[in-house]
Amino acid sequence: MLHSRRLILAHFWLAFAGFGIALVLGEWQMFIRSPLHAWIGNPEWYYRSVTAHGTAMAYVFPTLVSMGFGYAITEAALKRPLIGARWAWTGFALVAVGTVTAVVPVSLGLASVLYTFYPPMIGSPFYYIGVVLVVVGSWIWVALMSVNLYTWKRANRGTPVPLAMFANVAGSYLWAWTAVGAAIELLFQIIPAALGLTTTIDAGLARVFFSWTLHAIVYFWLMPTYIAYYTIIPRAIGGRLFSDPMARISFALFLVVAMPIGVHHLFADPEVGAGFKFMHSVFTALVALPTLLTVFTICASVEIAGRLRGGKGLLGWVATLPWRNPMMLAIAFSFVMLGFGGAGGIINMSYQLDASIHNTQWITGHFHLIFGGAIVIMYFAIAYDLWPHLTGRALDSFRLMRLQLWSWFIGMIVLTFPWHYVGVLGMPRRMAFYDYADPAIAPQALSVIASVIGGAILVVSGALFVAVLVRGHRAVRVEPGAYRFSVAVHQPQRVPAALNGFGLWVSLMLALTVINYGFPIVHLLSLPNTSVPVVRIGAAK
Amino acid sequence: MSGDTDHGAAAIAAARVERRWAGLSIGIICVLVVLAAYTGIHQAVMPQAQVETADPRTLHISGEFIESNLGSAVEPDGSVTVRAIGQQYSFTPQCILIPTDTPVRFRATSADVIHGFLIEHTNVNTMLVPGYISAATTRFSTPADLVMPCHEFCGAGHEGMWGRIKVIEKSAFQKLAADRRRMTCVAQ
Repeated sequence: MLHSRRLILAHFWLAFAGFGIALVLGEWQMFIRSPLHAWIGNPEWYYRSVTAHGTAMAYVFPTLVSMGFGYAITEAALKRPLIGARWAWTGFALVAVGTVTAVVPVSLGLASVLYTFYPPMIGSPFYYIGVVLVVVGSWIWVALMSVNLYTWKRANRGTPVPLAMFANVAGSYLWAWTAVGAAIELLFQIIPAALGLTTTIDAGLARVFFSWTLHAIVYFWLMPTYIAYYTIIPRAIGGRLFSDPMARISFALFLVVAMPIGVHHLFADPEVGAGFKFMHSVFTALVALPTLLTVFTICASVEIAGRLRGGKGLLGWVATLPWRNPMMLAIAFSFVMLGFGGAGGIINMSYQLDASIHNTQWITGHFHLIFGGAIVIMYFAIAYDLWPHLTGRALDSFRLMRLQLWSWFIGMIVLTFPWHYVGVLGMPRRMAFYDYADPAIAPQALSVIASVIGGAILVVSGALFVAVLVRGHRAVRVEPGAYRFSVAVHQPQRVPAALNGFGLWVSLMLALTVINYGFPIVHLLSLPNTSVPVVRIGAAK
Repeated sequence: MSGDTDHGAAAIAAARVERRWAGLSIGIICVLVVLAAYTGIHQAVMPQAQVETADPRTLHISGEFIESNLGSAVEPDGSVTVRAIGQQYSFTPQCILIPTDTPVRFRATSADVIHGFLIEHTNVNTMLVPGYISAATTRFSTPADLVMPCHEFCGAGHEGMWGRIKVIEKSAFQKLAADRRRMTCVAQ
């Protein structure tokens, strides 16, 4: 029984509204820079759109989904109303106000700096302050997750923390710590410059701080998806979770090793030396471990479902899986995209191979496939699964749901595969125009058109998604019963203290960050004359 | 799941499979790390190693990035060093001249904001961060005309920031080098 239904629905609807607008902007960008459209006239419009798309998709949308899903998990897993619902509404309001504060200067062309900021370019201070408000709002959520967990633990000594809540709190701690990098960059470097208090900025140091956030934020986006893999999918398709402890180990590993690896975004940068680049490369390889463990556990859990439904033999269980169940489709599509995206990711994090694709369209293709594909398709699944419990009404447009999931999967493949290919050819990122008449660029034209088509399919799929949810609000009333999570083959009676709390993992996370980021930051702080003049954006209009 | 014994045996088998998979996963990761370390050390294939600084406010007055020093220079050992600057929204020199079959070292920096430095169809791919010097090495085997776009957002004119690379025969390059200190292929 979910008590804070309005709170959770507010988070989801604001998330999906931002997602919908940003999705259309994304497709417009694909179209504008393709051979299908002539020179845009004022390229600044394009960069406004990229800034809005990135800000909404990277900061607002996944943060709100994590927050809303986190509140739902808290009430459903701990079986008690959320403590601090008023604070939760305050956090929501901060995210909403922050989003508006950030988007207004962006749409006026006063902050076309992209969501990755790129100092020494500096835009309107309101953009950065808006982003800070979004983060502060989400930190209230982090605090609430912690308070709810520890209150429950005090009242239930000796009982294992439910897996969903364990994973949820792990995700919130990961976010709290990873957001600190960008927060330092914003509060100590960018906002003083945006307000005119300083006129120079160390761009290299800012990149190091941002990399602290930039990689682990991806794992923060991933957390709801992994929580759904472990705690929703096995139940939804009639299986059992193969291993509860392995799930806890995976989430704990994410907490420890997702964080101190961001310098792999700076392999091609001049402000970090080879030693720490290699160190971060090694840790990035390590972060593949929890994903490999997850792939095993989830495939095994799905196999159990297939066998319980009568599947026999080595692969016979695949045929007996409930393929008409939207949740089955979602997990299958998500895994296919995770597989391709993960393989691409191994190339990105490679100390040597990175140079061939660094910062090309390959990278954009990569994170759209992983985030927009593998991760977001599970956000859809989460919404579909939770909706009857939030609205008290049936969500039974199953044909529409299947169509939506299929079109998202196909659209994402058609979008991102050609995108990877043009990246290998060396196509640079974030340009409002490409001269496809140039013989050096002409071979990329057809692939770019294919991506535009993929994007159009995604827009249709996004509209279907919203339609399914809206229909859910108008369907017949039902009593959905208690919201349940997956049951493990062996439900844990006791779990080791290390896998029931976060003391060890948070200490390791902090220690590894200090080791892996401490030296590069201190080194840059000690270098003389690295601050460069600020370049203001949108000032002389 | 016919009885407790069967179930116990199945659980043991399941745990064994799980351990094997975890072992395999760790093995894959170790192989990747060892490969990266080996190629990095043995073949010296690695990203830029040194952190060097250059003040963008004085680039044009002193140091290696003054205008007369930009372009391709022949070193005493026969290798070529190319020095370049990125600024909103062009490179200097806008067209870089390079000989075939010669070790080439790029040294570049930015005069204003962050830029990208990428030569298509090669592994020369680095960031130009104002305040810091980027370095990359490569070697070209055949003559070619290549594009060199800025691949990082640097402002509203970013889409127009494309440099060119012209790779010419080593002999032709040496003839040019005989009477010029720094070479470019910018139209004279």
